[in-house]
Amino acid sequence: MGALARWASRVTGRGAGAMIGGLVAMKLDRSILWQLGAGRQTVIITGTNGKSTTTRMVAAALRTVGRAQGAGLRGQTVASNAEGANMDAGLVAALSAARTATLAALEVDEMHVPHVADAVGPAVFVLLNLSRDQLDRVGEINHIERTLRAGLARHPGAVVVANCDDVLMTSAARDCPNVVWVAAGGGWAGDSVSCPRSGEVIVREGGHWYSSGTDFSRPAPQWWVDDETLYGPAGLALPMKLALPGAVNRGNAAQAVAAAVALGADPAAAVAAVADVDEVAGRYRTVSIGTHTARLLLAKNPAGWQEALSMVDKTAAGVVISVNGQVPDGEDLSWLWDVRFEHFGETSVVAAGERGTDLAVRLGYAGVEHSLVHDTVKAIESCPDGHVEVVANYTAFLRLQRTLERRI
Amino acid sequence: MTDPVRIGLVLPDVMGTYGDSGNAVVLRQRLQLRDIPAEIVEITLADPVPDSLDLYTLGGAEDYAQRLATKHLRRHPGLQRAADRGAPVLAICAAIQVLGHWYETSAGEQVQGVGLLDVTTSPQSERTIGEVTSTPLLAELSDPLTGFENHRGGTVLGSDAQPLAAVVRGAGNRLGDGVDGAVQGSVVATYLHGPCLARNPELADLLLSRVVGPLPPLPLPEVDELRRERLAAPRRM
Repeated sequence: MGALARWASRVTGRGAGAMIGGLVAMKLDRSILWQLGAGRQTVIITGTNGKSTTTRMVAAALRTVGRAQGAGLRGQTVASNAEGANMDAGLVAALSAARTATLAALEVDEMHVPHVADAVGPAVFVLLNLSRDQLDRVGEINHIERTLRAGLARHPGAVVVANCDDVLMTSAARDCPNVVWVAAGGGWAGDSVSCPRSGEVIVREGGHWYSSGTDFSRPAPQWWVDDETLYGPAGLALPMKLALPGAVNRGNAAQAVAAAVALGADPAAAVAAVADVDEVAGRYRTVSIGTHTARLLLAKNPAGWQEALSMVDKTAAGVVISVNGQVPDGEDLSWLWDVRFEHFGETSVVAAGERGTDLAVRLGYAGVEHSLVHDTVKAIESCPDGHVEVVANYTAFLRLQRTLERRI
Repeated sequence: MTDPVRIGLVLPDVMGTYGDSGNAVVLRQRLQLRDIPAEIVEITLADPVPDSLDLYTLGGAEDYAQRLATKHLRRHPGLQRAADRGAPVLAICAAIQVLGHWYETSAGEQVQGVGLLDVTTSPQSERTIGEVTSTPLLAELSDPLTGFENHRGGTVLGSDAQPLAAVVRGAGNRLGDGVDGAVQGSVVATYLHGPCLARNPELADLLLSRVVGPLPPLPLPEVDELRRERLAAPRRM
């Protein structure tokens, strides 16, 4: 039945097949998540940005645990929702697809963490970052932090691998008894000017931060990264060169390695595993489209956009930015004005997507030369010959992927 | 060369949740595109609020941040002095609440406001979220206003404040009241994000003309297209 639904969702084009298969299973039995979670060591990965990438890295690193224990094929399987379907239905689909796996790496939507954790009893939580996502859909960021905090309090036995550069995730984690702090970076401070514990101002001094209202400050990290090396407890220093671009992915990798080490992974083996991750649900891959090559980057919110734009190769022949405003994207695109678009130099910029006009107005007022071509593939084809960098938000990205699949 | 028009972007570090800082960018660019020098002056929690700027914009915020902003504006009353001498002030969403007499947070606490607007705000039973279209009630405006609202607070106007617009679709100040925003003295307030001035160039130019005098037209076809699209878009929420 699940396989049929998965196929049906593929051919009807309603998005990730994993979601629909899981929805059918959920209808059959609400407690199935609890049953499927039993008897596994599960890592729950959550946060606004980097969930899918970090989940892929955690799954890769956990496979080394099975290998080291000589558990054979069974031990090497890790249940994971690799398609990024991160609410109940997607989790059921992921866990039922790998019933015998003793390890699981689950990406979970922030607001779903409490009840998913109650069902599966995770061994490890990975808390990445919290920033404004689709505000019209999920509510205010401080509410999300308090919901996460309350959910974590019910699992005092779990290890919490938390990003201490992120004020809100630090607040969510800090009352937990077993926290591993990772300095995973915090490029977007716009949503944590106020202290989630006192409402007063968060003061930032270099990499450090503290609350002016109460005893709440950045904890010292046990893990951190620089451009070449991952540093860990007891003087650990391992060279780390990732296949994925961007400083943000070095932070994600540090948290993934710390999570796997908490479950017994050898640090060097875990680093080697996360370094090989080169594509996450179609993101970061390069495809050929006629006379162009195009690299596909996904961005879903202001922090994600700023990160993705920082990865854009400024020597490319063109940059296509594709924006939709469907419900999964958030209908309110005001956040386009929180993203800095002012730095593409001579590269030709094309605004695309259903809401390409919103973006075109934003680019126009930013003084960025651009054209407007709503169809993303046509937008790519409109660029000068050569390599094109494509940044798209969620449904724009999915639609582009489906279009490209049909063309191959 | 004349001195640039100075646009105060007030507390973007705490009141900039929904891209509302874009309003200041639109104001600056609409002057610069007409060869009138203009600059944005960012006023953060680390700065006292100057009373010497030509116009001011304030944006939306979440509860904690909104309270920090309110405290700061009361402690450093430069904005109030500027408004008293007639400098235009654009206040978006939570900023209406901050500039009023008081607002009640979703936790039930009553916070004393800045007092520039004769309005009070209490939580509605649910957030009102979605596309808004309204008919402006200011004589100088003729084009429909378009924006995106997302707020829990419901604002009620006293007799000294006039509504900015009659709501055609959406909630506006408070579900059922049929009006959006407030106009009092030199303050223009609205619940419209988008950002508001990116979608409503006529309102942008009205605020600017109060500083620099009459402005020539500024044809921007993409802005016209955006207005057509957003005015035709369904309200889904």
